[in-house]
Amino acid sequence: MNITLRVNGESHDLDLDPRVSLLDALRHHLHLTGTKKGCDHGQCGACTVLLNGRRINACLTLACMHDGDDITTIEGIGADGLTPLQQAFIEHDGFQCGYCTPGQICSAVGMAEELRQGWPSHVTDDLTADPELTRDEIAERMSGNLCRCSCYPGIVNAIRQSLGEQA
Amino acid sequence: MARDFGIGASSKRREDVRFLTGKGRYTDDFNRPGQTHVAFLRSQVAHGRILSINTAAAEAMPGVLQVFTAADFADAGGLPCGWQVTDRFGNVMQEPKHPVLADGKVRHVGEPIVAVVAETLDQARDAAEAIEVEIEELPAVMDMRAALAEDAPKVHDDLTSNLCFDWGFVEENKAKVGEAFARAHHVTTLDLINNRLVPNPMEPRVALAEYDAAGDSYTLYTTSQNPHVIRLLMGAFVLNIPEHRLRVVAPDVGGGFGAKIYHYAEEAFCTRAAQMVGRPVKWTSTRAEAFMSDAHGRDHVTRIELALDENGKFLALRTDTLANMGAYLSTFAPAVPTWLHGTLMAGNYTTPLIYVNVKAIFTNTVPVDAYRGAGRPEATYQLERVIDKAAREMGIDPIELRRRNFIQPEQFPYQTPVAVVYDTGNYQATMDRVVEMTDYHNFEARRAESAARGKLRGFGIAHYIEACGIAPSNLVGQLGARAGLYESATVRVNATGSITVFTGSHSHGQGHETTFAQVVADMIGIPESQIEIAHGDTANTPMGMGTYGSRSIAVGGSAMVKATNKIIAKAKKIAAHLLEASEGDIELKDGKFSVAGTDRSVDWSGVTLAAYVPHNYPLEDLEPGLEETAFYDPSNFTYPSGAYACEVEVDPDTGKVEILSFAAADDFGNVINPMIVEGQVHGGLAQGIGQALLEVAVYDDEGQLLTGSYMDYAMPRADDLPMYQVDHSCQTPCTHNPLGVKGCGEAGAIGSPPAVVNAVIDALQRGGHDHVTHLDMPLTPSRVWAAMQR
Repeated sequence: MNITLRVNGESHDLDLDPRVSLLDALRHHLHLTGTKKGCDHGQCGACTVLLNGRRINACLTLACMHDGDDITTIEGIGADGLTPLQQAFIEHDGFQCGYCTPGQICSAVGMAEELRQGWPSHVTDDLTADPELTRDEIAERMSGNLCRCSCYPGIVNAIRQSLGEQA
Repeated sequence: MARDFGIGASSKRREDVRFLTGKGRYTDDFNRPGQTHVAFLRSQVAHGRILSINTAAAEAMPGVLQVFTAADFADAGGLPCGWQVTDRFGNVMQEPKHPVLADGKVRHVGEPIVAVVAETLDQARDAAEAIEVEIEELPAVMDMRAALAEDAPKVHDDLTSNLCFDWGFVEENKAKVGEAFARAHHVTTLDLINNRLVPNPMEPRVALAEYDAAGDSYTLYTTSQNPHVIRLLMGAFVLNIPEHRLRVVAPDVGGGFGAKIYHYAEEAFCTRAAQMVGRPVKWTSTRAEAFMSDAHGRDHVTRIELALDENGKFLALRTDTLANMGAYLSTFAPAVPTWLHGTLMAGNYTTPLIYVNVKAIFTNTVPVDAYRGAGRPEATYQLERVIDKAAREMGIDPIELRRRNFIQPEQFPYQTPVAVVYDTGNYQATMDRVVEMTDYHNFEARRAESAARGKLRGFGIAHYIEACGIAPSNLVGQLGARAGLYESATVRVNATGSITVFTGSHSHGQGHETTFAQVVADMIGIPESQIEIAHGDTANTPMGMGTYGSRSIAVGGSAMVKATNKIIAKAKKIAAHLLEASEGDIELKDGKFSVAGTDRSVDWSGVTLAAYVPHNYPLEDLEPGLEETAFYDPSNFTYPSGAYACEVEVDPDTGKVEILSFAAADDFGNVINPMIVEGQVHGGLAQGIGQALLEVAVYDDEGQLLTGSYMDYAMPRADDLPMYQVDHSCQTPCTHNPLGVKGCGEAGAIGSPPAVVNAVIDALQRGGHDHVTHLDMPLTPSRVWAAMQR
């Protein structure tokens, strides 16, 4: 199938088997290897990218479903200098082996937008008020991204700081 | 005061920027020209005889280049085991061959039987599905006790039984231990299970091999914690490739936790296949394959007995453990339940008599080997659980009971009755520190507050010791190791003064690129940015044993210090020549060599330049250049220790356990980078808490792995874990390595499971469930709730 993916602001015309996942299209066809495959079943979050600004597991969606869509991968975040979120990951030691990190960053960017729009989560007390940036709120919203090195305290603190909260 | 440079500084990690921008280079990110792909057809049954394999249809399918079976590896060796344990009768362990592809029988679900190499991965997978394998299913050997029965089916027909070895330690103490139990005031007995775990690094294993026909040489890119070990094992024992024709590269590796120490079938397969197919061959594990082919961890069933006098002094300890080896012996498997476990049974205590019996057993499961902590978590869990139970039975506060039995600071070096000599420690100090951190004295008020909300609150404490910095080669040689356990470093100073350090240690998340540079920068007095740490490539690093057992800074760091000292010694000679002074008068400070008591000096780069442009140089006495290699073999293990405290709340309606606080007071000796040490502790704690509350690998009676994905195997997620209080201010530096360091990678996973379980039992006991004296991990809501209903 012929499709066009707009990845990190650049258009790519691709001729793909319809069974190719968005993740494999990125890694194998566009050679954007920053996005990682941890389980290929949508259970670990390592492949999280932004699809038209919203976070998605790239392993669980087919590339051919995204003709004309805007994709942002880790290669498109902080390419011209680290973002405050990425800086905060360094400051709070939010990673060890680095394998889940691209997914954590993309997920955090998507989550920040969900927060900005006032989406409640499983642990939000007041569904009508703007969610508070508590530790529990961030941890719950990031619970789809596994980190076996378990840098969760650093990740949560980094995200809170980047969102303007005192970690 | 916190330092901003060198040893003791929380330098930000130098690997961070590439990880944050997707520029990390992990094995699966590598592709080679002309690369082919492999799909393995794996056993779907736990135990069976292979009657026939028909690959004709697969061979005819599009893109298929070659189909391999055990016959293609008839001349290859088995995957070797690196440790030979001698049993209590003086016999060596039973050691079955572990073929690259299943040969005659299949012995666990997931064992590779046939491999297809094709142009694309999809073609390889399609062809693998077209292979017909006829298997006569045999009864699976799953339960360890049943596996020892006279008439039990045998995992390996050519062995006398399913018993790998029956190990007694210290065998000579057995009778004396029995006598001590006979005259004890009180004996506490506990039966427990150390639950089987799947290590699950987020990066699945990958092997990518290529063969250069012109040079008759091989390169293997692999997800390994120890590329030299893989080169040695695979080259010398499996494929008969001499080291100089085999390069093993382990680039950025996405976590290991033990699972990436071992030499696996897929590595040997890809390497051999690359030569036979004549093109590069790549295999990337799926997560499902990882669950059924990565070595699992733990899986011990133990009875532990503690004998005490009327004052609570420990008189003797006796344990009886069944240790699951799985279907084959993985690289380090026999060492885990023996030398990494029995030697730690003294813990932090003065127990004078100890006897440990371990029966290692073959079953139809994935091989079991070292997982973060390896043997030491099993030892610590038994000990710290039985002490808690004894305290309750004797009506002594658990902290007080431990205190009465601690080895005292003045008793070091301390010879335990289980062979090891602890060099330093101060256990009361870490215990005091953790009690202070947790505000233990106000626990009762917090418990009452929980009770008012209908919740059961409990407090649990555990102390631990581990043996790290693995290990003195002459000692482990006597104990059955088939390798040395030194480490190496080459320090290459460049002409302008920058430095590349080649280390045999391997970083897969530990931050060596940062901490190792801090050490060298500190020794010479130049900025950390001048120093690059290279690791993970056998082509440029000296023979090294890699990273596991919290050995990197203690052993690898010591090798680097040794090599750097050689550099400094030579540089001083050069400086003496340049300054026309006597070598003994030269001082190195802040990157500058000066003549003591004068203002004459030459800076670091002046000396390094002279070494490589030796126009004015003592050529008659010294070689040009500035590059030194050192090997360091430790004279003892290091002994990190610490006290962990956990406070939990149990919901009596659901059985759900919530960790309210977790405090860790560790003694790691000197600390190079406090920030990185804290991260290591966090990681270990999470894996230990995961074991205590969430994780378990479950097989059914037929040998099917029921927990084969993240939907069935509960990995700790961000919202499952508390924020921790971590402290490493209690420091008793190691006395026998140059940095005074002990290692920190495994501590969290060792000390946390008993702390959590002790806290939950405490909550249940205080909540009126006196009959619940023990629960096996993981303490899932259903398990806890069911216990409360009894």
